[in-house]
Amino acid sequence: MQGEAMQENNQPQTNVSSKAGAYVFKNERVSIMNKVMPVLLFLCASISVLTTIGIVVTLISETFAFFQKVPVFDFLFGTKWSPLITPKSFGVLPLLNGTLMITLIACLVAIPFGLASAIYLSEYAPKIVRKIVKPILEVLAGVPTIVYGYFALSLITPLIRDIFPNAGVFNALSAGIVVGIMIIPMVCSLSEDAMSAVPRSLRDGAYALGATRFEVALKIVVPAAFSGIVASAVLAFSRAIGETMIVTVAAGATPSLTANPLDSIQTMTAYIVQVSLGDTPHGSLEYGSIFAVGMTLFVITFLLNILAQYIARRFREEY
Amino acid sequence: MSIFQDANRKQIANRRRVDWLLHILFVIATSVGVLALCALIIDVLVDGVARLQPQLFTEFPSRKADGSGMKSALVGTVYMLLIMLPLSFVLGVGAAIYLEEYAGKNRLTRLIQLNISTLAGVPSIVYGILGLTIFVRLMSLDRSLIAGAFTMTLLVLPIIIVSAQEAIRAVPKSRRDASFALGATKWQTVSRSVIPSSLAGILTGVILAMSRAIGETAPLVMIGALTYVAFLPNSLMDSFTVMPIQIYNWISKPQLEFKELAASGILVLLALLLIMNFSAIMLRNKYQKNV
Amino acid sequence: MQPLIHINKLNLFYTSFHALKDVTLTIPEKAITAFIGPSGCGKSTLLRTLNRMNDMIPGTRIEGSIAIGGTELYSNEVDVETLRKKVGMVFQQPNPFPKSIYDNIAYGPRLHGIRSKQKLDEIVETSLKSAALWDEVKDHLKRSALSISGGQQQRLCIARALAVNPDILLMDEATSALDPISTLKIEELVQELKDRYTIVMVTHNMHQAARVSNQTVFFLSGEVIEYSDTEKLFSNPTDQRTEDYISGRFG
Repeated sequence: MQGEAMQENNQPQTNVSSKAGAYVFKNERVSIMNKVMPVLLFLCASISVLTTIGIVVTLISETFAFFQKVPVFDFLFGTKWSPLITPKSFGVLPLLNGTLMITLIACLVAIPFGLASAIYLSEYAPKIVRKIVKPILEVLAGVPTIVYGYFALSLITPLIRDIFPNAGVFNALSAGIVVGIMIIPMVCSLSEDAMSAVPRSLRDGAYALGATRFEVALKIVVPAAFSGIVASAVLAFSRAIGETMIVTVAAGATPSLTANPLDSIQTMTAYIVQVSLGDTPHGSLEYGSIFAVGMTLFVITFLLNILAQYIARRFREEY
Repeated sequence: MSIFQDANRKQIANRRRVDWLLHILFVIATSVGVLALCALIIDVLVDGVARLQPQLFTEFPSRKADGSGMKSALVGTVYMLLIMLPLSFVLGVGAAIYLEEYAGKNRLTRLIQLNISTLAGVPSIVYGILGLTIFVRLMSLDRSLIAGAFTMTLLVLPIIIVSAQEAIRAVPKSRRDASFALGATKWQTVSRSVIPSSLAGILTGVILAMSRAIGETAPLVMIGALTYVAFLPNSLMDSFTVMPIQIYNWISKPQLEFKELAASGILVLLALLLIMNFSAIMLRNKYQKNV
Repeated sequence: MQPLIHINKLNLFYTSFHALKDVTLTIPEKAITAFIGPSGCGKSTLLRTLNRMNDMIPGTRIEGSIAIGGTELYSNEVDVETLRKKVGMVFQQPNPFPKSIYDNIAYGPRLHGIRSKQKLDEIVETSLKSAALWDEVKDHLKRSALSISGGQQQRLCIARALAVNPDILLMDEATSALDPISTLKIEELVQELKDRYTIVMVTHNMHQAARVSNQTVFFLSGEVIEYSDTEKLFSNPTDQRTEDYISGRFG
């Protein structure tokens, strides 16, 4: 009988139709959409969870298989990584060393310059300068990493070799500097967000006491935005660890425990690329090793990202 | 000397000097980013402009630099975008609508949200490992166009979801109320009021995500997009290459001519990105005017 | 009451907006002067020229004369940092820094070069006492300034302004964000402070001006319509617009 009511209704979109003076608050066609759509949309949202599960399960199962053949201890604490030449050896420390060296150099570039740019843009720069510089930094952030790799190899490396003639064609310093340049915009924009969240009234309070601009910036704004700034630094660190193409192109393919940034090194990410470029048979040791290395990479960046979120939330200032 | 200049004269002069010095330092630090971008562009232009010729678009890669082009890579990139675009749009916007309009404020929602922001920070090469295992091996899609497109879709989803959520959140509640008050259902309100109002913002995010995908190299290397492809893919199951991989291939060759080819390839890639970013900015400006 | 601040034909523009028009006014020493008027009338703008806080808004232009104790504020006889030290300010919303109570008070003295712990302790104590806050917070000076109530925060901000030893205290609607009891406390405090400081307050609350101030200035659309002893202005205004405003016909 509700169906009849609907057929008589020449505006099926409306929820309310009347029949012989009685109100009927029902419209079947509409309520089907109302039931189906939430489910479909939920499925879309669940893809992201499935992705995470997929990553974790893939990494764990393949890594587990790899550790059947190579002892965990040898992997984590071994000091020699030579997966292609017999006797094969899978000590991850040289790769970790390469990754950390790149990350350290990158952070030494990105954090000071990113933070200083953020302070300049948020506290000093006139509106017009902000309007010009911010889009430029956005462009810088959108440049593909392979382009940065080219930049490292064709401009930065020759410069470094002019200054340090004993530097290799592939060296950690060049790649590290360019990774740092790549993440300057990220540090800058996240820190600037944190600083612009500091209310105007705090700045006014300090100016009214006779503070100069740098005193307001460094003694009021930066401390008040400190958690956001630290979070941006942690994210920068994590981003540098995961960077792949720049180091693949410019840092070399020599896993080693060197501490000399002018040497060629290999990072975890570059190793994964190296193996997958070759035709490695499924099930071989090398094939398994990319999962073990990938797992290490994933765990480190995952923990860093959680840490950044925790810092940003836990220490969020209430002004 | 006035009452506003007395004893502290020297101390204030010092503080001002520090302020001035830091100001200069901050300007220099900021210009490092700007100068780096200029240096990068000039470097690529100087190296690549000579080989920026029609053959770059009409020829397949070859052993000799002089006859080489990036036709297959260009077409591969376009095909991949065409597959990714509808896929990531529907999934990403769907997820955003669910989270903003339907999801209850419960643990599951918080988990999904946290999960999305964590995924955004996962290194892209890890997506490559995922794609290699799930799509290439498990689903036996092999090193195909479709496997690449699936992998890249997963990679850009977090970006699309987050930006679509922001766009949807920016739609004022009054607009939803107006729709409900006319007797619209939830889905009618969402599809006819909320989505149209936030479409420009959503599209901006989608374009930015696509431009991220165009430049990504590592995950596609992982799933085995080939570095040397002298044919155009005919079906979803064909193997393929994309621009950044072709560029990478040229960079890793020792001969100078290939370096120049790489630079001209980069010019094409950057031009494409510039066009996409520019359209995103235009959209964003339009969008800011409307809301 | 000796006049301390002389303002003569002062005009102020924000880019093209004419915010203050030919303002001529004297403000007496060691007394309370209240600025009243509807919002947007220029009363806060004038207050912010007294410690040159308007300098920071791009596109601000000033013509005419504004002098404290015979010194033109916009001359190179004036270091703006020292000016702001001598002319303290309290804002509409309590704005303590996210630091400890102690560090909030010590912030100004430290800026101006006081390093000795003993001296700072002394300043913190006297400033908090002057702001009638010492007894409430003396046992937890290291606690965050954000942990005390809004009224206490505002008195902390007054103490912070007093800590750099100003001559003049500017209060920009300093009680408008507070509850009636906290407002009353601050009004009492201001009464005590006027023996030592010249106080200029902007208020949107006419009753507060009538209760607290010695002299009242009425602003309308960037002009000073009338100023005189508070009692006279409220009981016997000379201008019709003043009468309309204080009898609640607009604003």
